[in-house]
Amino acid sequence: MYRNTYDSDNTVFSPQGRLHQVEYALEAVKQGSAAVGLRSKTHAILLALKRSTGELASYQQKMYRIDDHVGIAIAGLTSDARVLSNFMRQQAMSSRMVFNRPIPVNRLVSSIADKAQVNTQEYGRRPYGVGFLVIGQDKTGPHLYEFAPSGNSYEYYAMSIGARSQSAKTYLEKHFESFADCTLEDLIRHGLHALRESLQQDKELTINNTSIGIAGPASVHEKDVPAGGSFRILEGEPVEVFLKSMVPKETAEAQAAEAPAAEAPPDGAAPAQAGDQDVSMAE
Amino acid sequence: MDHFPTSWGRPRTEAYDAYNTFPLHQRPNPGHKDAFAEGVQRTQQPIVTGTSVLGILYKDGIMLVADTLASYGSLARFKSIQRLHPVGSSTVIGASGDMSDFQYLQTLLEELIIEEFAEADKHELGPAEIHEYLSRIMYGRRSKMNPLWNSLLVAGKKDGKRFLAYVDLLGTTYSASTIATGYGAYIALPLLRTAVEGKEDTLTEEEARKILEDAMRVLFYRDARSLDKYQIAIVNDEGVTISEPKKIETEWGFAEGIRGYGAQIQ
Repeated sequence: MYRNTYDSDNTVFSPQGRLHQVEYALEAVKQGSAAVGLRSKTHAILLALKRSTGELASYQQKMYRIDDHVGIAIAGLTSDARVLSNFMRQQAMSSRMVFNRPIPVNRLVSSIADKAQVNTQEYGRRPYGVGFLVIGQDKTGPHLYEFAPSGNSYEYYAMSIGARSQSAKTYLEKHFESFADCTLEDLIRHGLHALRESLQQDKELTINNTSIGIAGPASVHEKDVPAGGSFRILEGEPVEVFLKSMVPKETAEAQAAEAPAAEAPPDGAAPAQAGDQDVSMAE
Repeated sequence: MDHFPTSWGRPRTEAYDAYNTFPLHQRPNPGHKDAFAEGVQRTQQPIVTGTSVLGILYKDGIMLVADTLASYGSLARFKSIQRLHPVGSSTVIGASGDMSDFQYLQTLLEELIIEEFAEADKHELGPAEIHEYLSRIMYGRRSKMNPLWNSLLVAGKKDGKRFLAYVDLLGTTYSASTIATGYGAYIALPLLRTAVEGKEDTLTEEEARKILEDAMRVLFYRDARSLDKYQIAIVNDEGVTISEPKKIETEWGFAEGIRGYGAQIQ
């Protein structure tokens, strides 16, 4: 790691006009395992890769439910994430208590962004070392936001954070235009394909290392989801059916290679975007 | 809190000082009590008051009515006070009870609406949210033994849903298709229930207006704190409208034969 002169105090600008401590905090997010978020007209979903410290250890939780309508996936320092998620839960409860209203998702995200921004400006503090993907639904529909320790928050169609998340981002950028009209099952498949891109060479997605967070109506594979589709986290067994729906990587690549050659899809349906290739059901 | 041990638990502390904490001439004044508790005064009773507010559901929305009187005890002190107040674009509240507390609530709600507007994110506080907020304020104040001395009706229509509910100085809430506060709960409410219940989805605006005007007339005849001048607030899909003050038509010919009316002969 480089050693900078202007990095011992986060409130001091470097001569280049940068705040090194803030940039290091953004690096801490990149150390965390990857998380992916996508949004359609009806759903917002999260997918995250859980890590364990070894064969004997359990997997570290990556997703948290904030309220019935909001959930987050984290990348970075888990302890900082707990501070912020507890704060989010308080905000959400306060909104329900005072106004009997689920808190609008954008306001929840802004509130933690404001909190994080203070830490980039006040002497004697440090930025949070964690980034969030926040999904939720409110009166204005499903939403996906990214929160960063720099105090920035943005809304996205699709986003990824964490280690090797650039590969996932590349996948999302290639396919995001088809997400809006996706079914939940297709959206999850896209999410898993994106998450798979962030894996190391010899690793694969399993029911143990994959978390799926959903905000929106139930999937055909889910049971006992309330009508509105409150936020829920799928882990372990329930994830299997979605993992099986993925197109194996070699096949997907082969199809992608074929695609430019054969313009029309094999089943003769209306010409779809190349991105729809790996949406076809796999056995 | 009295910090002097000599004063504790003794009906006559001036008699002696068992702990010898003070020379006799320096004894704390036995009549002395906590300066803070004596300095603070809380609302013991409402001062300038408004009487009943009535509210009913009808086909296209909700209607509230209240007269324009603010009484000072039994004196009809202010005869042109508006007791119906719009909050945001889809809610109206009506207040009976202490008018200064009502004015305080108006400033609170104005602040709240400005903050909500400043968010500029397409979310808006509707009648249900306003009602919940008011109930928390009212209950919070009563828990400090310092209530805001009002009975309020909150009415509104948002996302096609009508809302009419009550909240008072204790934080008590309930919702119904017809509600009346104060004296109206005894005199007008039975009339409103007969006229409205079961017909909430069929009553036209004209019919609803007629029902409320009749109820206000009865109240003016029987409620000694009422006035024959009233305003009606309507919330429908077009939003909130509060009418100009209108006069209640009354007939007093029957009163001539009543002892106590007019100049007394024998």
